[in-house]
Amino acid sequence: MKEKLLDVKDLKTYFYLSSGIVKAVDGVSFTLEKGQTMGIVGESGSGKSVTASSITRLISKPIGKIVNGEVLFEGKDILKMSNKELLSIRGKDISMIFQDPMTSLDPVYRIGEQMIEVILTHQKISKQEAKRIAIDALINVGISDAEDRFNSYPHEFSGGMRQRVMIAMSLVGDLKLIIADEPTTALDVTVQAKVLELLKDVQKKTNTSILMITHNLGVVWDMCDTVMVMYAGKTVEYAKVKELYKNPLHPYTWGLLDSMPKLSQDSNKPLITIEGSPPDLRLTGNFCNFHYRCPYVQDICRTKMPELIEVDEGHFVSCHFQTRENTLERKEV
Amino acid sequence: MNTVDLKDKDKLFLTEKKANSPWSKLKRNKTAMIGLFIVIIMTLLALFSPVFAPHDPNQMNLSKVHLKPGVEGFIFGTDDVGRDILSRIIYGARISMIVAIGGTLVGGIIGVLLGLISGYSGGTIDSIIMRLMDAMFAFPFVLLAIVLMTVLGNGLRNVILAIGIANIPGYARITRGQVHVVKNEEYCNAIRVLGASNTRLLLNHILPNILSPIIVYATLSIAGAIISEAALSFLGLGISPPTASWGNILRGGKDFLNTYPHVATISGLFILITVLGFNLLGDGIRDVLDPKMKR
Repeated sequence: MKEKLLDVKDLKTYFYLSSGIVKAVDGVSFTLEKGQTMGIVGESGSGKSVTASSITRLISKPIGKIVNGEVLFEGKDILKMSNKELLSIRGKDISMIFQDPMTSLDPVYRIGEQMIEVILTHQKISKQEAKRIAIDALINVGISDAEDRFNSYPHEFSGGMRQRVMIAMSLVGDLKLIIADEPTTALDVTVQAKVLELLKDVQKKTNTSILMITHNLGVVWDMCDTVMVMYAGKTVEYAKVKELYKNPLHPYTWGLLDSMPKLSQDSNKPLITIEGSPPDLRLTGNFCNFHYRCPYVQDICRTKMPELIEVDEGHFVSCHFQTRENTLERKEV
Repeated sequence: MNTVDLKDKDKLFLTEKKANSPWSKLKRNKTAMIGLFIVIIMTLLALFSPVFAPHDPNQMNLSKVHLKPGVEGFIFGTDDVGRDILSRIIYGARISMIVAIGGTLVGGIIGVLLGLISGYSGGTIDSIIMRLMDAMFAFPFVLLAIVLMTVLGNGLRNVILAIGIANIPGYARITRGQVHVVKNEEYCNAIRVLGASNTRLLLNHILPNILSPIIVYATLSIAGAIISEAALSFLGLGISPPTASWGNILRGGKDFLNTYPHVATISGLFILITVLGFNLLGDGIRDVLDPKMKR
């Protein structure tokens, strides 16, 4: 029996702009078990990062607001926590790694000072002990001559090194959940692999859960146990990674899979894309958000919003033609 | 062998580090150094007025009224009641510097705090604070200071207060703008998600990151404060005579501008030079703190 660590139910985060309401996250639910990794994939503007920010309550008020839902972390609703409770779990139980390592460290402090600050926030120990913990963490993430680097400023590090430092900062607490918001997007490929390996390594040692937000399906296959595909603020497909790899069901997921360049591909042919662009999130209504771009579109898609249905055990999909009764034939591309 | 000796490399690294330090960058900027030189001289005059001043600044001598500069050992001459202008200028430097720095501190501290609160909280609080600042901005600086002086009354402390209060909106605005830029940086989110409270984020992380434009603004507004003090004293609203301040000396000289122009000219020149010094230094500091300017 696996223990639930994070249970998100019907999360809705809207942004109130003068030109209309942007439904950035519109009814997303998922669960994450201890020691597991879940991936959230989708293209830019599909609501992945907003989902992550909502979980840690980093939505900038007053424009953004979490209007509905529960985020149960070990049974406690994060959205209802007092400020004090929230501060006590941030950095201690939950931490976040951001997309751009170049800007995610405070440029005016040495990295050692920043790490010590995090440690002393959550633990009542002396500065010396904190320093030792910090240096150990730096060694753990593979930073050579950690003692020297401890006194370096962020600008003296390369992107990959900074991402390591960010991971090290997450490691100084006794973390239960790491939210990685496109942790490898800004890094080059070889460094990407190393950072992912490091995350896996950390997970193995500490039994931490990871919520991996990415638009790279390769990362999902490599890292995750379950995966949620998001489109225009909604879940379109949610399944175990193996299941999704073997048997993807939603036309959007197919599009994503087809868009991945393959080694066997004829390099003279143009790359496959999903035609069009994501819809304006102010203009969602009672229809399938993907119907503008879906090659399988029919009349019902324009007039009715499909529900998220469990078609197989643990495999959810939101499409009118992928239900227990009907199936859609995937076209060759 | 083509490899660099490790010691040489370290040396190279150190020289590089030294050459890029703010101080050495400032040192290469000649105009800024002139500014710094002027500021240091004025500060020394202010700190050690009794040492430098050859006479008592308030000692009148009706037999030596309106002496020309250089006559009878009075380097800058004497004024309409026979007081030594050089000594008065030196003691005046003290008042001017105290007012300038005090006013800047008062305005800076309150303004920066308001700007931090306003920029960070946004929404209604932001609107209220900024509209208040706009209202203060609507008054010309000197006019606002005059209004405050009329309300508060003369005296050194009140001059500092008036100039400080009149300075608040400038600081608040500049700080608010900078907070807006910095608070959405990813590291702020990272710091928040690692468990920092709003206060700590604001004071320990956002403030240090926005300090350089504020420092630059401060050096420039010190210059403005010197002029304001002179203007207020000139109008009779600032430091009350007989206490020497540059504005007071100027004011005393204005009635004899045709016959004995040296009184007003010399005190005016000191105001000019000091303001110029602070402006040059402020410009230099801005260039040094702007990472995009590497010279």
